[in-house]
Amino acid sequence: MVIDTRVCVGCSACVYACKQENNVPEGYCRDWVVQESGGEYPKLTMENRSERCQHCENAPCVTYCPTRASHYAEDGTVQINRSLCTGCKACMAACPYDARYVHPEGYVDKCSLCKHRIEQGLETACVSICPTGSLNLVDFNNMDEKTKELLKGKIVYRQKEHAGTEPSLQWISASNKPGA
Amino acid sequence: MSHGQNFSRRDFIKISSIFLAGSTALSAGAAQAFSGAGSSVGDEGSKVVYSFCEHCFWRCGIAAHVRDGKVYKITGSDHHPLSQGKLCPRGTGGTGLLYDPDRLAYPLIRETKGGKQFYRKASWDEAITLVAEKLYGIKEQYGPGALAMLHHGYGVSFFKNMFSQIGVNKYAKPSYDLCCGPARQATVLTYGYPSDTPEGFDMKNSKYMVFFGTHFGENMHNTAVQEISEGIRNGAKIVVFDPRFSTLAGKAQHWLPIKPATDIAMMQGLMHVLISENLYDKAFVEAHTVGFGELWDSVKDMTPEKVSAITDIPADAIRTVAREYAFHAPAAFVHSGRRTNWYGDALQRIRAIHILNALVGNFKMPGGVVAFQKFPLVQPPPTHEHPAYEKEVHSKYPFFPDDEPSNTIASHEIVQQAISGEVKGLLIYGVNLPETMTLGRDKAIEAMKKAEFVVAVDVLPSEVTGYADVVLPECTYLERYDDLDNGRAFRTPFVALRQPAVPPMYDSKPGNQIAKMITEKWGIHGAFPPSVEKGLDKKLRLVGSSLAEIKKKGVLVMPETDLYRKPGEPLNLKTPSGKVELASARLKAGGFDAVPKYTAHPEPPTGFYRMLTGRKPMLTFGRTANNRFLGDLATAKENEVWVNNHIAEKHSLENGEYVHLKNQDGVVSEFPVKVKVTQRIRTDAVYMVHGFGHTSAKLTWAHKRGASHNQLISRTEIDPAMGAVGFQNNFVTFIKEA
Ligand code: SF4
Ligand code: SF4
Ligand code: SF4
Repeated sequence: MVIDTRVCVGCSACVYACKQENNVPEGYCRDWVVQESGGEYPKLTMENRSERCQHCENAPCVTYCPTRASHYAEDGTVQINRSLCTGCKACMAACPYDARYVHPEGYVDKCSLCKHRIEQGLETACVSICPTGSLNLVDFNNMDEKTKELLKGKIVYRQKEHAGTEPSLQWISASNKPGA
Repeated sequence: MSHGQNFSRRDFIKISSIFLAGSTALSAGAAQAFSGAGSSVGDEGSKVVYSFCEHCFWRCGIAAHVRDGKVYKITGSDHHPLSQGKLCPRGTGGTGLLYDPDRLAYPLIRETKGGKQFYRKASWDEAITLVAEKLYGIKEQYGPGALAMLHHGYGVSFFKNMFSQIGVNKYAKPSYDLCCGPARQATVLTYGYPSDTPEGFDMKNSKYMVFFGTHFGENMHNTAVQEISEGIRNGAKIVVFDPRFSTLAGKAQHWLPIKPATDIAMMQGLMHVLISENLYDKAFVEAHTVGFGELWDSVKDMTPEKVSAITDIPADAIRTVAREYAFHAPAAFVHSGRRTNWYGDALQRIRAIHILNALVGNFKMPGGVVAFQKFPLVQPPPTHEHPAYEKEVHSKYPFFPDDEPSNTIASHEIVQQAISGEVKGLLIYGVNLPETMTLGRDKAIEAMKKAEFVVAVDVLPSEVTGYADVVLPECTYLERYDDLDNGRAFRTPFVALRQPAVPPMYDSKPGNQIAKMITEKWGIHGAFPPSVEKGLDKKLRLVGSSLAEIKKKGVLVMPETDLYRKPGEPLNLKTPSGKVELASARLKAGGFDAVPKYTAHPEPPTGFYRMLTGRKPMLTFGRTANNRFLGDLATAKENEVWVNNHIAEKHSLENGEYVHLKNQDGVVSEFPVKVKVTQRIRTDAVYMVHGFGHTSAKLTWAHKRGASHNQLISRTEIDPAMGAVGFQNNFVTFIKEA
């Protein structure tokens, strides 16, 4: 995913859409919104972001999962096999992005990148609802022209790169100047 | 009228929970209703029903996904021009309303026994008979002017038709007085046509967008937010004048923390720079406007230095914005905003915005001001003659619209008339009056207590239902048909259908049936079509379609209209001069300023702060207050009072602590509110989101969450020209918890 924080307004439609799509129980969510502001009055700055599992290429949750419930799917996403999950929380301790929670039914749950939708040729629930177009589903191995154009000349970052997780979410910074 | 005697005639009644949906006895009934509906669609698996949203007035197209007779998901309709497959968070939250365990389940009638007032469950026939008798009796005894309706929501058309049968047309929508009214009338006075929703700005093609204190991004008006985002992606610059660093300000190149209540001075300052530095579009102004001389006279003295002293914005910044704005024009605009009626001068304030637009010649230009079109629906001839309306029921405000049949008078006039005894009977449709900013909570309650008869039509046991003599439970927008929606103007004109995704739950009924039943009790037959479906089909056949056709996608869409003017094209505006009126002939004739002029507003007393308001993106005030699905996120659970860090220090307030608020008239908030210490607000103001602090214990989710903004409004300023309500001359201070 490429997440364009220049346009995100932190509305949380992505969170509600995910909750409905994936039947996420009350009090929990698979994606969440961060509103960060900085600077000194009156020179303030703000970034709004919708965050979720980063589907890392070198995912510590997979490494540390003792039962192999957490695994890489064929398409490269990180998935959880609920029947193998014992709810031991090793993956939760290992994830630097705090992307996981324990479902009341005992297994660990997180963003599946809406695997069931992608398989049907649909976009994820969060991408398809987002009114600002902040969320963009991107195949980084096979980038289309639109995405290249979107990223061109922009300040783009990944979160906690030093952790070596090779996350597959990229963020267009809100600090980009207009027309950058 | 003796105050005390009448005042206690109608006490607030806490609706007993056995009349609500959540009680055990009822849940069984509800489950039955579910499985009944489920068996008919369950076999086919899940289906999609296209309709339109009712969580705000934008009315986006929705796709309700139904499985086993239950709506399990709501997404944006791909077919509807206002949603284009997207939704704001509230739009997804219809399930939280539909399955709200607090819903009204039965008609209720007020009873008095042994000096105690209570509600009892009634049958529909009994409740309708009583309502019909009482309303008709009042009309017979005092005339149609003694009946009035306050309304909010798209189901109201049936009640209008109902009342028109007995000559009643005293209708008000408080949202008009609080939000869209001044913008509509300012556009009429300046351009000769009423402004609309979505507002007529070509946002996605704009290069420079200026906003004064309107909160897109927190106001999640779906299409507007989509278009602003597109503009940002296309490199547009954003300028925000706001005492608070709003989400939109967070996207701006210039955030200008203007002193509250001085916007008109700033607008005059910008006009001054545009004219004195010859930055305005001379050709447009000469060819298409009148009143330039008068305008210049009024802003001649409003130099950036003078305006800076009033607004607390550096003079250089004023010059910069004016120059950049002119540089990017005509692909630049100043937005008229939404819900910015603050100080009783909203009409002139929005006139000033229109003048700023006209000066740069952006009218009907790409990226500027545009006029979206509506779908031309043909009204079938009335099947029934109804009596002439009483002309004297129109608003006393000279620039209140006289061409809006659903909105003939200001809501505060109805409240005042109920207090004075002129209005005896009130039908309140979807308005939670005690929490609506029309003259504040006390006046609203007084009005309802003094009226002889009050009937509330609602979905939830909101505060207003406690003051009614009869409460009629309407089903939600996901369980009913309403009238066709061609009330939204856009690039591609459209008409949309509201249709039920599931049948009505409990003993609730759609408004179209309720209104028809009352009308027929009056002995008037034929005023409504035999069924709501037949009525919709008939209207659609007049434009060559049918109910069957529109049901498939929920909408009929016309091709995109041409929004832009051609060189040399005459504007032919419907103003007195036929031109854009920088100076308004009609305002002048009415004894008002022909051009907008800044006047100073009251300042906060020492230790008090001006109370500003707005909203959270996932909530629409009363509509969503009790919505558990939307309320589930931590950011949605309560409102906070935003306090500048220096002010917090002065009052020894910690981030996250709870305080009560007290206003200038000694009103203390019923519930405490959480303090948010932030740099994101000026030192002379605080901010809190409206729609929290509910007192009705039957709203089991909303009850006691946060503090009520409305409760702290004890002072309002009415716009003398068009009757809008300003409510931001209220000031609060903090009472720390003991
Ligand atoms: S829906 Fe889009 S704009 Fe809203 S919070 Fe999520 S990513 Fe941001
Ligand atoms: S991709 Fe699907 S599961 Fe992941 S956050 Fe978005 S909606 Fe939720
Ligand atoms: S903007 Fe949101 S609440 Fe308003 S109609 Fe659209 S989806 Fe519904």
